[in-house]
Amino acid sequence: MMDRSLFIVGAAGEGIQTIGDVISRAFLRHGYPVFTTSEFESRIRGGNSSTRLRIAEEPLNSPRPDADVLLAMNPRAQAHYAPSLQAEGLLIVSEPDATAGLVIPFADLAVKQTGIKLSANAVAAGTLAAATGLPFERLSEELAEAFAKRGQEVLRANVAAARAGYDTATHQLGSRLPEQLPGRSARHCFASAHDAIPIAAAAAGCRFIAAYPMSPSTGIITTFAKHPDLGVFTEQAEDELAAINMAIGASAAGARAMTATSGGGFALMTEALSLAGMIETPIVILVAQRPGPATGLPTRTAQEDLLLTIRGGHGEFPRLVLAPADPQDAVYKTIRAFELADRFQIPVILLTDQYLADSFFSLPRLEIPKDAYQPYLSDPISIEDYKRYARTEDGISPRLVYGQGEHTISLDSDEHTEAGHITEDLETTRPAMVAKRLRKMERLRAAVQPPIFDRVEDAETLLVGWGSTKNAIAEAMLALRNADRKVGTIHFTEVWPLPEFEWPADREIWVVESNATGQFAGLLEQSGVRVSGRIGRSDGRPIDASFLLEAL
Amino acid sequence: MTNSYESQVENQWCPGCPNFGILTALKHALAALALPSSKVCLVSGIGQAAKLPHYVGAHVFNGLHGRAVPAATGIHVANPELTTIVTSGDGCLYGEGGNHFLHALRRNPDITVISHDNQIYALTKGQASPMTRRGEKTRLQFDGVEVEPSQMLATAIVHGCTFVARGFAGELAGLAELFEQAIAHRGMSVVDVIQPCITWGNHPVDWYRERVVAIPENHDPTDRHAAIELALEVPDRFPVGVLYHLPARETFATAYRDRVGSEPLFRLPLIDRRVIDNHIDRLTIAPAEAAGR
Repeated sequence: MMDRSLFIVGAAGEGIQTIGDVISRAFLRHGYPVFTTSEFESRIRGGNSSTRLRIAEEPLNSPRPDADVLLAMNPRAQAHYAPSLQAEGLLIVSEPDATAGLVIPFADLAVKQTGIKLSANAVAAGTLAAATGLPFERLSEELAEAFAKRGQEVLRANVAAARAGYDTATHQLGSRLPEQLPGRSARHCFASAHDAIPIAAAAAGCRFIAAYPMSPSTGIITTFAKHPDLGVFTEQAEDELAAINMAIGASAAGARAMTATSGGGFALMTEALSLAGMIETPIVILVAQRPGPATGLPTRTAQEDLLLTIRGGHGEFPRLVLAPADPQDAVYKTIRAFELADRFQIPVILLTDQYLADSFFSLPRLEIPKDAYQPYLSDPISIEDYKRYARTEDGISPRLVYGQGEHTISLDSDEHTEAGHITEDLETTRPAMVAKRLRKMERLRAAVQPPIFDRVEDAETLLVGWGSTKNAIAEAMLALRNADRKVGTIHFTEVWPLPEFEWPADREIWVVESNATGQFAGLLEQSGVRVSGRIGRSDGRPIDASFLLEAL
Repeated sequence: MTNSYESQVENQWCPGCPNFGILTALKHALAALALPSSKVCLVSGIGQAAKLPHYVGAHVFNGLHGRAVPAATGIHVANPELTTIVTSGDGCLYGEGGNHFLHALRRNPDITVISHDNQIYALTKGQASPMTRRGEKTRLQFDGVEVEPSQMLATAIVHGCTFVARGFAGELAGLAELFEQAIAHRGMSVVDVIQPCITWGNHPVDWYRERVVAIPENHDPTDRHAAIELALEVPDRFPVGVLYHLPARETFATAYRDRVGSEPLFRLPLIDRRVIDNHIDRLTIAPAEAAGR
């Protein structure tokens, strides 16, 4: 089965993401699914970055740490990434090098062909097309789309540059030139989880986002701002405190509202997380994780903020933490986040990471359920004497919002009466309100979806993971099964409250997560699960199958 | 449901606190403007002043210390049919919430911000606030405050706030009149109310009364420099009245409201399914004509 890994490496500012995007899309035009990850330093120019494409006949949406083809834009990046190249792999560089399979002077060719040095990217893309068996037509079609708005002249120059790269590479490869890949008819959605989330949020009735820019979460509010037809009001707040308090205010006035941040920003938001818990006002908080502590590694990935999202916030109140596995799952989880936030009148955290934010998956057409919006506001006409925090059997009070009817509504961050007014009645009201808020947890626990079981039946060893590691764990599991190891997986995408389900008896349980201390493993142990071992990764890179195979 | 704005909630303020004057003046202003209770949302943070919303028969958002203004901004965006009024102390609005105050001035949401300016932290029992005069001794700054007080009204004027006023809690009629004007004004309006603290304050009510002066009749409230000069007379004198008043400028979220209309967001229909489908299409890459045939 085809499984080809292309690395495009260089410095920030050299356009490697552009090259990767054009080649990815050209392959998708040819009917081949591509999985693209990006790795970059927290800077605008220089350093070492890579864009990695994994091309297959059926989607292989998980990263490979090694390359079959390595295209280096500069010698420094070449030296840095050369160890990733397979022994039989093809090295493509721009300056004469005995170890290289192709030497294409990208910039010189570009200047010669078009007089524009910037077309070096198009030369590199043409080179890659020749080296991977991608017909030139697919590339030129993609360039036509990419440069549609830049005018005919720019387009012609780039196509000519790409052609020069393609022809030069074809000539140099000679008998080593790979056969052209046959076209396929498969149609794919090519998206990151953060591409999918704003669309799902709009479908779920989201009307408000306030956020403070923070990698890797900034794409969420940017997408809403770029696409006003999604109907979501966007505001760049002065800080995360303002962002979440604005969103809670909007929610109190009846708008489905969200904010998006990363761990450090969420740390600032935790006071307001507690506010949302106390005033029982729904809010969706997207937390895109990156390695900490403090500033950590701003452009790398991690699963280090699980406990922060579960435990953050003073006092005791129910909350839900969802950790999507891929873009389609992110759609479902976003819809559930808004629905369950409204239904239980609680804060819901959508826990993603840099890997999910910046990796592009090839999937069937994204499905957004038709019933993505479920209303939970009560009818003001049906209520005579309204009490915002009326005590009910399940702890959920009928919810009205400001201006919905004639009733006045009181929300109070102090301990409050059923009517929402400040109280220090420790005899009756305080215990009743504590119990009321926590009672919601029982129903909530029952609403949480159980994890996904895969080949658990005959498995002796279970790999247990959560969130974005799903595909990498599945790939490792299949490789182990091919080697006659009886391995299965249990994968959680709803992580708090822990779902209630029957754990299969007498299995070895290995918990896999992108952190050093085994945060999820610890939660499982606290709930009585006997964990045999932990596999953690905390170097900022995503967990991939070969990492797991080595660890096992 | 009533227009008397009466509340059944037991008042926790010290007997005789000038906050009662602010409460009464606010109710008078709401009545004068004939605003129905169900269309008035009072937003506060934490502190003695921040309890005010509970004592008015209207909507209440009693949120976090320092965060009243962002919450009010969100409420205003979500439902512009509401008259949204922030009422909190100087510590909450200018100290803990100072950064939010600055940026709200830039946004210009159609809200009114009333600061109960008692120049002290009362609920935490007598520490300096950002408005405490330099040199004054408190229950924390034992040798006297060593830093300058904030000049938040001048700051508001500099940031282009189109209605800036100072009131005195001991002068009910004038205060109610200022509130009425501020609430009626479109855009962010700021009223700083001198509110002597009778328990923790360094000066009795009369000390303030002696220093409160009316803004000169010939003051031109569109004159920015004159307004700033009046604002800066504090802490030696407290000129009360409208310092700065310009015609309304564009309010926050106007561009969004031009697109979606003026309805509260909860009343807007769901985004058309075709829009959602178009966005899914945007992310979908079809194979080329020639491919796969």
